[in-house]
Amino acid sequence: MPFVPHTEDEIKQMLATIGASSIDDLFDEIPVHLRVDGLPGVPEGMTEMDITRLMTQRAAKDANAVCFIGAGAYEHHIPAAVWQITTRGEYYSAYTPYQAEASQGTLQLIYEYQSMMTALTAMDVSNASMYDGASALAEAVLMAVRGNRKSKSRKILMPNTVHPNYRRTTRAIVEGQHIELVEVGYDLVSGTAPLSAYQALAGDDVTAVVMQQPNFFGNMEDVDAITDWAHANGILVIAVANPLTLAVLKPPGEWGETGVDIACGDGQPLGAPLSSGGPYYGYLCGTQALVRQMPGRIVGGTVDLDGRPGFTLTLQAREQHIRRSKATSNICTNQGLVVTASTIHMAIVGPEGLEKTAAACHANTRSLVAQLCEIDGVQRAHTAPYFHEAVLQLGAPASQVLPALLAKGILGGYDLSEDYPELGHAILVCATEMRSEDEIKHYVNALTEVMSSASANTKIAGTV
Amino acid sequence: MSEVPAELRYTKSHEWVREEDDGTITVGITDHAQGLLGDLVFVELPEVGADMAVDDACCVIESVKAASDVYMPISGEIVEVNELLNDEPEIINSSPFDDGWIFKVQPSAEQELDNLMDADAYQSEIED
Amino acid sequence: MLIFEHSTPGRRGAPQSPRKRADLSDLPAGQLRKQRAALPEVSEMQAVRHYTRLSQKNFSIDTHFYPLGSCTMKYNPRACNSLAMLPGFLSRHPLTPEAQSQGFLACMHELQDMLCEATGMAGFSLAPMAGAQGEFAGVAMIGAYHKAKGDDARKEILVPDAAHGTNPATATMCGFTVREIPTLDNGDVDIEALQKAVGPQTAGLMLTNPSTLGVFERQIETIAKIIHKAGGLLYYDGANLNAILGKIRPGDMGFDVIHSNLHKTFSTPHGGGGPGSGAVGVSERLKPFLPLPMVKKTDERYSWLSEKDSPQSIGRLSAFMGNAGVLLRAYIYMRLLGREGMKRVAEFATLNANYMAAEARRRGFQLAIPERRSSHEFIITLKKEARDLHVTAMDFAKRLLDLGYHAPTTYFPLLVPECLLIEPTETEAKEALDGFMDALQQIREEAKANPELVTGAPHTLPVKRLDDVRAARQLDLCWKRKT
Repeated sequence: MPFVPHTEDEIKQMLATIGASSIDDLFDEIPVHLRVDGLPGVPEGMTEMDITRLMTQRAAKDANAVCFIGAGAYEHHIPAAVWQITTRGEYYSAYTPYQAEASQGTLQLIYEYQSMMTALTAMDVSNASMYDGASALAEAVLMAVRGNRKSKSRKILMPNTVHPNYRRTTRAIVEGQHIELVEVGYDLVSGTAPLSAYQALAGDDVTAVVMQQPNFFGNMEDVDAITDWAHANGILVIAVANPLTLAVLKPPGEWGETGVDIACGDGQPLGAPLSSGGPYYGYLCGTQALVRQMPGRIVGGTVDLDGRPGFTLTLQAREQHIRRSKATSNICTNQGLVVTASTIHMAIVGPEGLEKTAAACHANTRSLVAQLCEIDGVQRAHTAPYFHEAVLQLGAPASQVLPALLAKGILGGYDLSEDYPELGHAILVCATEMRSEDEIKHYVNALTEVMSSASANTKIAGTV
Repeated sequence: MSEVPAELRYTKSHEWVREEDDGTITVGITDHAQGLLGDLVFVELPEVGADMAVDDACCVIESVKAASDVYMPISGEIVEVNELLNDEPEIINSSPFDDGWIFKVQPSAEQELDNLMDADAYQSEIED
Repeated sequence: MLIFEHSTPGRRGAPQSPRKRADLSDLPAGQLRKQRAALPEVSEMQAVRHYTRLSQKNFSIDTHFYPLGSCTMKYNPRACNSLAMLPGFLSRHPLTPEAQSQGFLACMHELQDMLCEATGMAGFSLAPMAGAQGEFAGVAMIGAYHKAKGDDARKEILVPDAAHGTNPATATMCGFTVREIPTLDNGDVDIEALQKAVGPQTAGLMLTNPSTLGVFERQIETIAKIIHKAGGLLYYDGANLNAILGKIRPGDMGFDVIHSNLHKTFSTPHGGGGPGSGAVGVSERLKPFLPLPMVKKTDERYSWLSEKDSPQSIGRLSAFMGNAGVLLRAYIYMRLLGREGMKRVAEFATLNANYMAAEARRRGFQLAIPERRSSHEFIITLKKEARDLHVTAMDFAKRLLDLGYHAPTTYFPLLVPECLLIEPTETEAKEALDGFMDALQQIREEAKANPELVTGAPHTLPVKRLDDVRAARQLDLCWKRKT
């Protein structure tokens, strides 16, 4: 069922104007033997009523359990107004604001977004967003390599306390450019990557170091000491941070004596629903000194012919449509619509609201962790202070425990055994502000039952 | 009509070159080039002390809608850059051959100067 | 007025955050934020009003004809949005086990299959989050393919000079050098130049077909032979797939890799500049290299393809599953169209473009390649108007805004002076096309009688022409609280 408005009469008139006898004639420059007659493998078209039925059934299949997974995507309350306004046609169906005069809505909104992100991160500048947090980290690495002109090594120290998929993505994206990603190990007791681990791998020349705060495990890294050490050695510092946590935690622009050089992360917690993994957006902020090394779109304020304030895309000479093979990146889109939602979200929730939300996530996670650790065979894996998310070790394999919890309607956490086998039977848990006391209690009771039957099974297995 | 001072030498990529009394070479871009680029908004200057070979891209000049590399007209070491351009790149628009100079080179192979064009040759180059 | 200028210290949206202030005393004091972030403090209603008003300063498909060439600004059916935002999809955590994700995974698997069928490719990955990332994946796969064969000499990617800027930028990101191939005046690639350019250093050629000049590359089979004989691979930039959907398939033309901009051909919203989606498809020999994650079907169960199943994959391009919600919208759109609808997309996109081109010619405008059939887009060159009337393509574009039309793409492709690249798409009715041509004609008359009206346009929008030079020289990239 195509969305084509033409009547038979109009088609005839249009063909007459063109001087063609049929629509098929319009394709006469395509070699006949290459043409296909339709697409038999594609199903027949549906009406909106039919597709509504199908999608409703499919969505119902995925009806969710109570979510205690974080690991880079977090379930938060989003005010109803946020997506109602975001999906207004004027935002939803507009394109890149190349015609500035006809796009002041989008342009001003992005300028406000950039302002909010610099406020949250305490950095000088922000771009208009990247695809997601992981690809933003890859672009941050490329930006650091361009920006650190004194360093010749193209060597990046990346601790394995950074989200495993962020590391994989970064590797896939920077691989072609002869950049060496050196994995920094972490301390098994604290669950953080200490300064000494960076120092041991540094050698003569390092281009940049990466830190995630809180790290993938939820643990707090020693960001001040590592930032200062890096800067004392001519190394640029890249921070990865969940922007919601910055309402409570020290922003990257204030780490160490001078703050980091680049901050990035995933903006999902600021107004994007979980949505099966996307669309989210990556934020990317930097120091003024690095502004021309930034990839992607940037909006700037200026004035019009009459001196009225207005907004326009700026610093475009860095970008692919002008610089072609010498551009800072091949990126042309940003995640405009999600940034729209996020900007409205931050405006409605406000600075105090974000602070209370972040604090409530932490309080809920603390309460969850404390109660779960009272269960026999469950303990926290690390000693470092944590924020908002934590690793628990279980007395039985996560691959058995998590499905048992799911059967009780609980998404109990993320199984770490594949990425971090050294942790044993470990899961990463998180309880955002959305989790009620009852839900937490439900989880505690469910895990108690699962663990006691697991230990009973083990005992039985032991006696045989 | 663009200005093409007779005492300078030129490259096909629109750099001009002036031989100074102290043996260094001053480099900038021509009036014709700045006219093509339009209002300049940024110059990324080379690093003093950098050793470069002839034809190396050593510097980038940006206008709002274009960016252009500046190429080394001659091999050598960058000995000085025009720091004024950091804050006022538009000097190149208003005074491409004087105040808008970009950098100075201590040449390592002076015979390369012979490969450059004189004013007449450059004039006919840009008329094509 | 900025949202920050509406801010009043102490004002808050109480219903939108938790009641209680939680205790943070377990955290090291040195790690806490000292000063609250300078975000706006406004009421919910102030925010709603502010962003509703801002939206009204935008042109969009829902409000205006938007014939932006090469961007395929077609109608975005509302059902695609509301169904993709059903709670089951929206609240699904990306790390939810497969057993709880069968509905979503089924959609993704069928989307992979439909894309294969529509393009004639053997496998598809939905991972790339935009056209440029799809290009990245495609070129990285070309690199990985040669490397796996032990062929390290192929360091060069060929790109026609008419190509989108992303093509050369992508090749560079993947570690290749770029060589440009000239285009003939009739819009076809210069075959002789291509013959000379290929060799053992050739990794591949990136081609848009129909090209950015709005014409079908007639020599495509010859080009494919030349590239394949030289040992290179052929990359299809799917930017213009709308022109050929259901009529001819890139796989049948000999392409080895393609990316498809789902936000163009398959009508996911442009969203003010994203999110896009650049699903990438390949021929049989490149399948092992496709980016992850992908969805596989075993018996009647859907599951993720992981690094273990696909050890030669170029890897991941995002933390989770690309722009999943965008993929759902594309899936819904494709199911709405179905096989017969897809074919009609290309037919009516092409009918509209050729009709406008014929009207342009009838009204005395100069076409860039008048002797050729237009594809789904065409180019007017205003060279003559610029010379005789001293009004540029930019002036025409700005005046069109006054008359209620979004401007076409201007000054691209770079090869055509003073050009407007016009793409009407299949969803526009004849009266919109006629109205646009009337407007162009009116502007030309205005340029004769009252040129300031045109060169000073726009006059009716929230702002007049903006000072781009000032924006770039005196950078103002974020609001700062006045001290």
